[in-house]
Amino acid sequence: MTGGAQIAEMARPRIEAMAEGLSTARWTLTEVAFWLVPVACFFLLSDYLVLGSQILITALFALSLDLVLGYAGVVSLGHAAFFGLGAYTAGLLGRHGWGEPLSGLLLAAAVAALAGWLTSFLVVRGRDLTRLMVTLGIGLLFFEAANKAAFVTGGVDGLSGVTMWKLFGVFRFDLGGKTAYAYSLVVLFVAFVFARRLVASPFGLSLRAVRENATRMPALGASVRSRLVIAYTIGAALAGIAGALLAQTTQFVGLDSLGFQRSAELVVMLVLGGAGRLYGAVIGTALFMIAQDWLSGLNPVYWQFWIGLLLVVIVLFARGGILGVADQAMAAWRRKAEP
Amino acid sequence: MSAVALRAAGLNKTWGGFVANRDVSLELAVGERHALIGPNGAGKTTFINLLTGVLTPTAGDVYVGEENVTRLAQHERVARGMTRTYQITSLFPSLTVLESVVLAILEREGLATNWWKSVAQHSGAAREAKDLLERLHLGAEAGKPTKSLAYGKQRLVEIALALATKPKILLLDEPAAGIPAAQSAEVFEVIAGLPRDVTILFIEHDMQIVFRFAERVSVLVAGAMLMQGTPDEVANDARVKQVYLGEAPHD
Ligand SMILES: Nc1ncnc2c1ncn2[C@@H]1O[C@H](COP(=O)(O)OP(=O)(O)OP(=O)(O)O)[C@@H](O)[C@H]1O
Ligand SMILES: [Mg+2]
Repeated sequence: MTGGAQIAEMARPRIEAMAEGLSTARWTLTEVAFWLVPVACFFLLSDYLVLGSQILITALFALSLDLVLGYAGVVSLGHAAFFGLGAYTAGLLGRHGWGEPLSGLLLAAAVAALAGWLTSFLVVRGRDLTRLMVTLGIGLLFFEAANKAAFVTGGVDGLSGVTMWKLFGVFRFDLGGKTAYAYSLVVLFVAFVFARRLVASPFGLSLRAVRENATRMPALGASVRSRLVIAYTIGAALAGIAGALLAQTTQFVGLDSLGFQRSAELVVMLVLGGAGRLYGAVIGTALFMIAQDWLSGLNPVYWQFWIGLLLVVIVLFARGGILGVADQAMAAWRRKAEP
Repeated sequence: MSAVALRAAGLNKTWGGFVANRDVSLELAVGERHALIGPNGAGKTTFINLLTGVLTPTAGDVYVGEENVTRLAQHERVARGMTRTYQITSLFPSLTVLESVVLAILEREGLATNWWKSVAQHSGAAREAKDLLERLHLGAEAGKPTKSLAYGKQRLVEIALALATKPKILLLDEPAAGIPAAQSAEVFEVIAGLPRDVTILFIEHDMQIVFRFAERVSVLVAGAMLMQGTPDEVANDARVKQVYLGEAPHD
């Protein structure tokens, strides 16, 4: 066999697999371009870095819900429980003398993961409505617990006095928010790379299959419960990291970090961008928050009205969210371009 | 006496006062091709659900080989080599046909919890899946979303998923239900072509197919086992004739 033929033979399975649409973890040019946008914003929109950080952090939060809801199909109205738990973990560390950011993130992830793992057993049983109620209930429990434990959490006044050390001992968290933005962007990106790998893997495929038809999975030899427990735990850990980022970059934790509104808005952002696609989580969050910032500046009542209308339109007429519509438009355009 | 692959011992299933399975017992030898027949509503699907662990019996036990699997979950029984197909097609609508079969193979190999390599990198599974799809004449459909396939093709995907688990015991609940006769013969050719040590229990209403592919036949009526025997014995049994044709037994 010649060298060329040998290489062709080795490359064959991969080319075939790609042609059939099996998930690969390869980066496309569009994706690279996508990630250059937030980098460019850092240099070009230095007046908006505070809003920018909020978007990046919420995008990470939405990403964590996307794994649970978009991929594994577990509906949740209480995902803020893990966000808040992460935020309080990192906040309390910073308040009580441990201001090192990265270890704070990791500890917040661990605490949120533990809470996610423990509650997952309640969540994975039952169907959509049961899950909706259980997650909602868990969210309310966490909120009330933080409210009552005011001597630890600061209650309704929030947790202030969070002091952060320099990132890597070098970058101070400045008032302009440069460090906060760069830090949030890098953490989001790392989490995104992880999530991207996860959803392209056999594990990710099995989650999609659970979403599509959970009753068929045991007939393939898979325990649905154990898959969902893992997915839910990972989702909780990522949400905890997002919460910790917010606490560290704003050096404050409000009770609203655990609130029902945060959970509910997150679902809206995800549905808006396109659940079950990682970029849907990021795009939905960015559009939602930019629109919110812009419209609520004009009139806060209007904002609620428009977002309500948009949600109804998306759910009724544009299933798959913005990315779903974009996909359909692309497909239609391709069909037209082909003779 | 050859080794027993699967044994049902006095299975009962009741819902309230309704008895769907009454003391159903069955023993399948390794490699046996066994048909389960009976009128609509006789309790055949219920029986398969009890064997596979979809339902818990009200009484009775299920053995795979020597092992009592009555308390095991469905996926644990699959791990012991018992797989089924569904009378009512139950697939993964938006996954492609290839993805579905690759998933079944990865589950079998214990690779489905791998999260660091992409699905496409598991080229062995992809190749095996393609070969299987070719065998079932689904090669051209591999890349299509399952829900876009015609009904007959979806029935074949149902079988492909079961075969991908490489079962030792295969339970087929009307595998050819609703597909044209010519195609259903094809389906059974594939099934008949499985390795001889695969034990097969199939539910089928078409008697021609039953007589052609089954070595033994069980007849279930109103939840109870009416008789078991060779196809000839069953065909000539007066009680069976009565059930199927509503004839009074002669003589
Ligand atoms: N989950 C359930 N709850 C209550 N009754 C049920 C349930 N599942 C099945 N039954 C009843 O049990 C009886 C047997 O049903 P089953 O599906 O096992 O019959 P079958 O022999 O497979 O019939 P068919 O040939 O039509 O597929 C039917 O009367 C059915 O209505
Ligand atoms: Mg049936």
